[in-house]
Amino acid sequence: MRDTKSLVTIADYSKDEILEILESAAGFEANPNRKILQGKVVATLFFEPSTRTRLSFETAVVRLGGSVIGFSDAATSSSSKGESLNDTIRMVSSYADAIVMRHPLEGAARYASEISPIPIINAGDGANQHPSQTLLDLYSIRKTQGGLENLNISLVGDLKYGRTVHSLIIAMSHFKPRFKFIAPDELKMPEEYKDFCRKNDIPFVETAELTDSFNDADILYMTRVQRERFQDLMEYERVKNIYTLHDNMLENTKPNLRILHPLPRVNEINPDVDSNPKAYYFQQAQNGLYIRQAILSKVLGY
Amino acid sequence: MEKQLKVAALCNGTVIDHLPAEKLFTVVSILNLEQCSNQITIGNNLESKRLGTKGIIKISDRFFAEHEINKIALIAPNAKINIIRNYQVVEKHPLQLPDEVRDIIQCPNPNCITNHQAVATRFHVVDEKNALRLRCHYCEREVAREEVKIK
Repeated sequence: MRDTKSLVTIADYSKDEILEILESAAGFEANPNRKILQGKVVATLFFEPSTRTRLSFETAVVRLGGSVIGFSDAATSSSSKGESLNDTIRMVSSYADAIVMRHPLEGAARYASEISPIPIINAGDGANQHPSQTLLDLYSIRKTQGGLENLNISLVGDLKYGRTVHSLIIAMSHFKPRFKFIAPDELKMPEEYKDFCRKNDIPFVETAELTDSFNDADILYMTRVQRERFQDLMEYERVKNIYTLHDNMLENTKPNLRILHPLPRVNEINPDVDSNPKAYYFQQAQNGLYIRQAILSKVLGY
Repeated sequence: MEKQLKVAALCNGTVIDHLPAEKLFTVVSILNLEQCSNQITIGNNLESKRLGTKGIIKISDRFFAEHEINKIALIAPNAKINIIRNYQVVEKHPLQLPDEVRDIIQCPNPNCITNHQAVATRFHVVDEKNALRLRCHYCEREVAREEVKIK
């Protein structure tokens, strides 16, 4: 019994629904202040802090004329007194028209969507899913490339634990992509996702070499290589510098190449890339607002 | 030479045979037989040509729904289910794992919501051809059958 109005994972949306969201987001980019949620209340329940995502959702609600209730940290909510997620969701759903939820535990959003009478938008459940990030990635790809079909996409960095790259593979599978997975051995793309590509006839190649490996790419999707993922810290020190993108590495790349990154970045993109017109990560973050306006409108039936 | 029965014959009921000896008590628990008031005969460490030693469970006057009995397929896929009526085997069931397994398995992901809140676990059976895998309905992690922990 799945509430089809909730958005828990990108796999909940068909190709048509994804395209519908992207189309709607383009409308919000052209005209972000549309009071279609006037009189509506959206609860933002952040059981773990995520300032960027929360502000983006809250701005989206306010620009649509709705109001926001909620909390930004579990410490200030009744869950710190031991209230179950079930009780919190039931209580909040009697006040609000939709819930945007971030939770440190995986599966929390799916569970909430099963007990809540109002739509749940997953704003991240542990290392599992973050569908609004995936949709804004798709929006950024489409906007910079003029379409989503037949693109060369290079994914770089932590491909083992990075949930954004896993969701991106699932979402892009509708659009005949060709992938290049660029990662150190310790952080290689898991077999599960390579199998998914094979089953869906999506060509991919793997390499551990960053330099010159993305000259044919349309999209270079960078992720953070996190120190805590390594058992051997000397290995981390070696890898972290190899996987840093510098401006001079972009010389032989295609003119339409755009660099995406879910942010925050640490040292995987050198600041000298920021002024290169191929750098798109800051605009990408801004696109999150339009995507979240589109998601809120969809789940609330507008 | 007539084979001597180590476990009494059953008039009517269900026989679960060819259980690996080390899985017997898990099966007892999965089927919730502790709560069952029918006559139950349990034999374990019996000689078996195929398994070396095996376990067997005979339950009088009890016939399981398919979804109940199929749970056994998770831990003892080669067990045999025989339905007995009037001392005769009238039906033999090969075990078949259902598409979804509810509230039997514990999710091995310590960060899964089901290990922190009172949520009944749900697992989807994903691939039965080569190696059976189960995907948690909540945290979406996949586990191999061998890694499964029964609650």
